Amino acid sequence: MASPTSSGTNTSVNHPYIPSTDSEREEMLGVIGVDSLDGLLGDIPVEHRHPALKLAPGLSEQELSTVFGSIAAENASASSGYISFLGAGAYSHYIPSTVRSILQRGEFVTAYTPYQPEAAQGTLQVGFEFQTVICQLTGMEVANAGMYDGPTAFAEACLMAARVTKRTKVGILSTADGRLPETLVAYSKHQGIDIVEIEPDATDIPDDLACIGIQSPNFFGEIEDVERLTKLAHDNGALSVVHVNPTALGMFKAPGEFDVDIVTAEGQPLGVPMAFGGPYVGLFACKKAHIRQMPGRIIGRTTDTKDRTGYALTLQTREQHIRRERATSNICTSTQLIGLMVTVYAATLGKQGIKDLANLCYQKAHYAASEINKLNGFTVDALATGGTFFHEFVVSCPSSASSINADLLDKKIIGGLDISDRSENGMLVCVTETSSKADIDKFVKALSEIGASS
Amino acid sequence: MTISTNVGDIDRRLLMDRSVSGRKAFTLPESDVPSQDLPDSSFLRDDVELPEVSQLEVIRYFSVLSQLNFSIDTNFYPLGSCTMKYNPKINDELSNLPGLADIHPLQPDDTVQGAIRLLKDLQDDLGEITGLPGVSLAPLAGAQGEYAGLLIARAYHEAKNDSKRTVAIVPDSAHGTNPASAAMAGLEVVTVRSDDQGNVDVDNLRELANENTAVFMLTIPSTLGLFEPNILEITKIVHDSGGLVYADGANLNALLGLVKLGDLGVDICHSNLHKTFSTPHGGGGPGSGPVMVTDELAKFLPKPVAIKTDDGYAMGTPEMSVGAINGFHGSFSIAARAYAYIKALGLEGLQSVSENAIISANYIQAKLRDKYNLAADRYCMHETVLSATKQKKRGVAGLDIAKRLLDFGIHAPTMYFPLIVDEALMVEPTESESKETLDHFIAVMRQIDDEIDASPELILEAPHDLPVTRLDEATAARKPVLRWSAE
Repeated sequence: MASPTSSGTNTSVNHPYIPSTDSEREEMLGVIGVDSLDGLLGDIPVEHRHPALKLAPGLSEQELSTVFGSIAAENASASSGYISFLGAGAYSHYIPSTVRSILQRGEFVTAYTPYQPEAAQGTLQVGFEFQTVICQLTGMEVANAGMYDGPTAFAEACLMAARVTKRTKVGILSTADGRLPETLVAYSKHQGIDIVEIEPDATDIPDDLACIGIQSPNFFGEIEDVERLTKLAHDNGALSVVHVNPTALGMFKAPGEFDVDIVTAEGQPLGVPMAFGGPYVGLFACKKAHIRQMPGRIIGRTTDTKDRTGYALTLQTREQHIRRERATSNICTSTQLIGLMVTVYAATLGKQGIKDLANLCYQKAHYAASEINKLNGFTVDALATGGTFFHEFVVSCPSSASSINADLLDKKIIGGLDISDRSENGMLVCVTETSSKADIDKFVKALSEIGASS
Repeated sequence: MTISTNVGDIDRRLLMDRSVSGRKAFTLPESDVPSQDLPDSSFLRDDVELPEVSQLEVIRYFSVLSQLNFSIDTNFYPLGSCTMKYNPKINDELSNLPGLADIHPLQPDDTVQGAIRLLKDLQDDLGEITGLPGVSLAPLAGAQGEYAGLLIARAYHEAKNDSKRTVAIVPDSAHGTNPASAAMAGLEVVTVRSDDQGNVDVDNLRELANENTAVFMLTIPSTLGLFEPNILEITKIVHDSGGLVYADGANLNALLGLVKLGDLGVDICHSNLHKTFSTPHGGGGPGSGPVMVTDELAKFLPKPVAIKTDDGYAMGTPEMSVGAINGFHGSFSIAARAYAYIKALGLEGLQSVSENAIISANYIQAKLRDKYNLAADRYCMHETVLSATKQKKRGVAGLDIAKRLLDFGIHAPTMYFPLIVDEALMVEPTESESKETLDHFIAVMRQIDDEIDASPELILEAPHDLPVTRLDEATAARKPVLRWSAE
């Protein structure tokens, strides 16, 4: 038996995640023909081998659970008795048991990207179902198998519009979430793309725009005139890119009805936990004519040598592993597991459920808005202007939203987002089906008390 | 109607073809608020055509589909460069705890101190492991980490008013995302050759590195599973030219506790939490690709980063940040899983991971080298690249061998990559697999080689017993059918 050296011992710790025993390691090293692990590390500069590392010793599963328990206890959430009215890109929705149950299937969770389709028909058929769900929701002809998140899907859509139109200027509506242009800037800063702001009531646009990027419902929760803006884009040779909230599509007209070219969305509202911001999934759909410029993975139906139906990744010549620096994107994922959650969620809610859900969000948000609007000093902008909104709205507060939020927090209420950078004393409030009437009334009462004392 | 008696027949009908009007799988609660006026009907749509199925049908449909997959939980999955290791169940459980899964990304920092503390602690651990202390967990996958790294390199040169550095040097063995990310970052891609040992051709690099070099992208260990023996010379050449060294950390599973990238002269790297740090691949994401940099470059990191303040923790923006490369804070619940993994293994456990991964790969290489050619005839790190050129001459390609493995319940190795190796089969066993599993794989690979002469049709027509045989991918691409439609 080889003697262990100070730097390269043959005695690894035993750990539940590592099956090899000391004697098995000895045997394998013998077959390889070296005395110790260090015999295999000859290419690593010896002066840099086995550096000192400041890492804690390993924990047992029980100890780890305790550590996580205390981390979770330091956060405020519904499970610790807080009610929240935050939205602005991530939304609280009830997640059905079916989604949580299917997410336990290790065959989905621990599989890789389906490069060997014969061994991945489950993943592939789910992806095909996902593409179908996204097409049905958005009214578009084709969808890809998923992007990272909503803002990156939107940024990729703008870059795709630039490729399709061979133009380099992107217009984004001034009412969009700041995260959309911000992500586009990071994605496009070295590709010669200029970004200009377009007002929602614009009647003419520059004649060299690649697209108008529209968020509807917009950042302030209101529905934009997608039909008019899409016509305006098309009249000027530009595409129309629309970023939607998928829950709103249970009741509001789908972008496909307005001749929109590319639709993107944050998929999180469809059965995915908020989880402090991720992982989510970006939804991406477009007209069939543009499919070869679409980024991301696409799953197609085909047949096997016995003429049975099967599914496989397709149109891969667009992708980085084939085309390298000439690919449509560097993306190398479809965020498949989150796509699975979205697919199970859509199948579970079904035709009636998605409609009922959208209506419930609408009813509760409008109730909350009308109650807040009655309070002295508080005005709901959309009610004042007659704007149509879904489940988010801007409240103009008597003082800064952040100071009001601090007082709300004392009452275990996480208020709406402070958007004073975009609207004076503005608070962006979101109400979904997870807020009960009692929660809403508690919030309204608290606002009333805080407003009266400020 | 014909009823099949074959219990093995799988009902592959799509959900929309199972839909029956009036069925449901879920009920929403009744509204508890006074009825509100709906908007003008011009805003409203007709029904959304989603399936109408029962709750059991939802569960059975997806459960049966799951059984059509190979996965780590059910199969040996020696997919090279993908690090298909065990994904500990406790990590999934802990990341879904109330208090972690139900917190909103825009909550005030003082209501999410636990979450930010976790992120800060993970940043510190990743900085320690790689020797690159500036860390952002924002990138949502390896390719995003790469892109973020390249943005940082560009921002570094721009801050020095060095605007002519627009070239990324990339080895010919690199993964496709390297050149794709470089192109996104507006860099011209110049390829450096590999020598006959699979190393970077140092003389070629010396010719290419110059005043236009923004960054050299190097996968360590390389996609051939080899540690670059000239690494110190390479980083010196790049630094002398004024460029930065970017390390693609896809293969970091070979290096835990054995060497720090920062010590070797690497300036920027990314790591795939879904490879080295055991988070599930999910059938193709979600991943997470943190980017790690030297102290000097930390001010350019993408936002946000978790920071320690006088009275707790906060999410912050580095002073010269390259910006936001996605919506919020990155894949938080993936980061939580990686955190759990690092804490469960600790220092010695992490070292043991790499040691065992290296021993297992070399063991397979030693046991198969008489039957299969090696891409490079030397000790490998955590993966070995076989070349099925001898088998190809006898009528069976690497692809066929890969497909035949599926019949034995073994997932195929990575095929035809790296591009510089003919008939490449890249095998990465990981530290998770027992010697019995490795021996089984070795025996199967040897049997397949024997089958080439005895019964080649077994290989050429493989797989035989999976839900489908080989698929017509050409027709799929030529006449794309990408969604259900009413027939």
